[in-house]
Amino acid sequence: MELNILVGGAAGQGMETIMNLLGKVLLREGYNLLASKDYMSRVRGGHNFSRLRISPSTPWTHLETIDILVALNEETYFNHRDNLNPRGSIVYDTDYFSLEGENRGIGIPLQTMAREAGAVVMSNSVAAGALLGLLGLDTEKAEEIIREIFADKKEKVSENNIKALKMGFEEASRQCEDCYSLPSPDISSKRLYVDGNQVLGMSALASGCRFLSAYPMTPSTGIMNYLAGKSLKHDIVVEQAEDEIAAINMALGASYAGLRSLTVTSGGGFSLMVEGLSLAGMTETPVVIILAMRPGPATGLPTRTEQGDLGYAIHGGHGEFPRAVLSAVSHEDSFYRLNKAFELADKYQIPVIFLSDQNFADTHRSIPPFDFSRLNYNRYLARQEEEPSPYKRYRLTENGISPRALPGQMPGEVVLVDSDEHDEKGNIIEDEKTRRLMMEKRMKKMDLLAQEMDEPELYGSSEGDILLLGWGSTYGVLREAVDMLNKEGIKAFLLHFTDLWPLPRERIKTFLPGAKKVFCVENNATGQLASLIHRETNLEVEHKILKYDGRPFFPGEIIQEVKKHV
Amino acid sequence: MYKTEDFLVGETAWCPGCGNFAIRKALAEALAELSLPPHQVLISSGIGQAAKMPHYLKVNGFNGLHGRALPPAFAARVANPQLKVIISTGDGDSYGEGGNHFLHNIRRNPDISHFIHNNQIYGLTKGQASPTSEPGMITEVQSRGVLMPPLNPLALALVLEAGFVARCFSGEREHLKEVMKEAIHFPGYALVDILQPCPSFNKLNTFRWYKERVFKLENHDTTDWKAALELARQWGDKIPLGIFYKVPRPTYESSLPFLEGEPLANRSFDPLEVAHIQEEFL
Repeated sequence: MELNILVGGAAGQGMETIMNLLGKVLLREGYNLLASKDYMSRVRGGHNFSRLRISPSTPWTHLETIDILVALNEETYFNHRDNLNPRGSIVYDTDYFSLEGENRGIGIPLQTMAREAGAVVMSNSVAAGALLGLLGLDTEKAEEIIREIFADKKEKVSENNIKALKMGFEEASRQCEDCYSLPSPDISSKRLYVDGNQVLGMSALASGCRFLSAYPMTPSTGIMNYLAGKSLKHDIVVEQAEDEIAAINMALGASYAGLRSLTVTSGGGFSLMVEGLSLAGMTETPVVIILAMRPGPATGLPTRTEQGDLGYAIHGGHGEFPRAVLSAVSHEDSFYRLNKAFELADKYQIPVIFLSDQNFADTHRSIPPFDFSRLNYNRYLARQEEEPSPYKRYRLTENGISPRALPGQMPGEVVLVDSDEHDEKGNIIEDEKTRRLMMEKRMKKMDLLAQEMDEPELYGSSEGDILLLGWGSTYGVLREAVDMLNKEGIKAFLLHFTDLWPLPRERIKTFLPGAKKVFCVENNATGQLASLIHRETNLEVEHKILKYDGRPFFPGEIIQEVKKHV
Repeated sequence: MYKTEDFLVGETAWCPGCGNFAIRKALAEALAELSLPPHQVLISSGIGQAAKMPHYLKVNGFNGLHGRALPPAFAARVANPQLKVIISTGDGDSYGEGGNHFLHNIRRNPDISHFIHNNQIYGLTKGQASPTSEPGMITEVQSRGVLMPPLNPLALALVLEAGFVARCFSGEREHLKEVMKEAIHFPGYALVDILQPCPSFNKLNTFRWYKERVFKLENHDTTDWKAALELARQWGDKIPLGIFYKVPRPTYESSLPFLEGEPLANRSFDPLEVAHIQEEFL
């Protein structure tokens, strides 16, 4: 038995508060859950909603079906009733509207009750209580969490919210006794309830990142918020730059002087950064850029999701220089993957772009705690006693990696970096020979990087007929699509890329030619991974399943497309 | 102890008569007289003739992108406050391409000095107008003459409450050196706009043009903001040189208590020590 809940209303009605409270309660009760938000680029009005899925096994993606619809306004009901399970329920605010001819309704006067408990603003606590009642849970954990949330406010605030919660709880329990039974909880292990941005923020902190410069841009801002909150306690400089050009140039200056540095942005901001990206390439300065994608071109759909910047991440910036591009596929993996980004940046003295997107950034999941002992922190710096004097920042070496020292690190020696082509000491040159040697020195690093790339994850039996290809945040939905196809007797398996550039090719070469049908599934309009694979392996991907309406895939959409060709 | 010669390296690529020579010499003298070890000085620059300075002085250098000398300088200073961070770059770089960084770093107020080689012309690209070019100046691009009024960097900095605002002239090297020393010493963002001739491309503001107009300030109260603003607006027959304004205000670094002590860049780190951060998500 699994449950899909959707809470919708206008921006400002507090859907997120309800979901965060409910999510945390369910986590502590021991359930596996997944929650995402779908919101408009406005602070009031419109139609926003959050989805929450509880399932006996790990939920990887949302389904279209809704079992419980919480409609804080009438629009929510009209927008989502077609996807409501015939045996589902609608919790709605009778103070706002009535549902005539609808036998699934559970009307609760959310505002009246909230007012009675102390203030109208607590109507989301009433709604959260109603959901708990409907699910057959008690209010003990929710009360505990409300006290934690309002710990630094007057006790009255917690008490009133608990009162509101209980009123909703009792009313829903009265109207719907034993409506739902939840899957049995897994209380044997501790779990975290985190969204993608929090995972990346934690990983950056735990990777020893000490400098973040960024300009706020949805959907990357959550990372900045997380690290800003940790700044004073963990000695991390978090600077809101005047623009993204400043952001990346600051990150490079901090990195040059010795800090692991990060900048975060979305497509438009990344566009402003690409000159700086090229500077990182030329000066061989380590930097990590998290590019949280949203639909473009230009301002596009600011609060929605897309995988439209893969090609740009690989090619952005003038000139040719080595870089790595990795992506966020799941909360579990991304914590370690971003650490790998920092390590690669330092080890090879290159920019590393980490691709996330709104779908990943804003999705909460319950996952096992992270193992911090798996994180690496190596700075790969030169030692004065091993370097000939005078020190040469760009000394030619066999593998192309020059000895990196920090300014001030070696008494008597200076560190010169230059955006012009330069000699081993960093001084401007224009002669052909030095130019050639320096280009070759830098580009050599691509071969070493290629060896560091993880092959795409194989999910399902590689004996299957249908091969699905994907990258980034579509991992969850593709995994479940594979399971569902296999249940229906269609033998499918998945190759899912985490590391994208340099493109790991072995598994593609092994599995693509043997599969009967190959589908590349991407949240973009042109199939950028499919093109990349073709370019790098000369293997053609037969079918593309593309979605570019700003919304993440549902497994049903993928299955439907696959079936058309089977 | 360091001598001026210890800082002078490299073969310059400037035209004969360029004001950059005197600025370079004054900077080397200032560094020597302040007894700053080369490995603890960082010069950040953008692109332009002035921006080649890191190649001609033996100090650490970050010769970055056009207009972007300030952001890396700010960040390097935060990463390692043991470094004396100086920006040595041109008027196009600082006031044109990098204008936004100029505004916001005055607000940020990191402890760095910003030396602007202001020749009122673009030298590297061979003679187009800069933000400080005189109205009417004819160039290949501004064929009808410069139509816009010039940007007044000193007045702009003063209005943004910069703590240290000065003007020098490359033809007054001794004076320039002394002002540079004060700027480097000053705790906070210190702006020194240095007038210099460009004998190849600026035929209007020649060495002689400046020489006939500049005069050194005497008996000026450097804590008088209004008087400083008046001076900043003086241009034409008489051009004042000297420190217009000098009043420290809290630096960026002082807003982050954890920057005190060992530079962040030198501190060790172990991921296991922060494993507790995930507890808030339980």
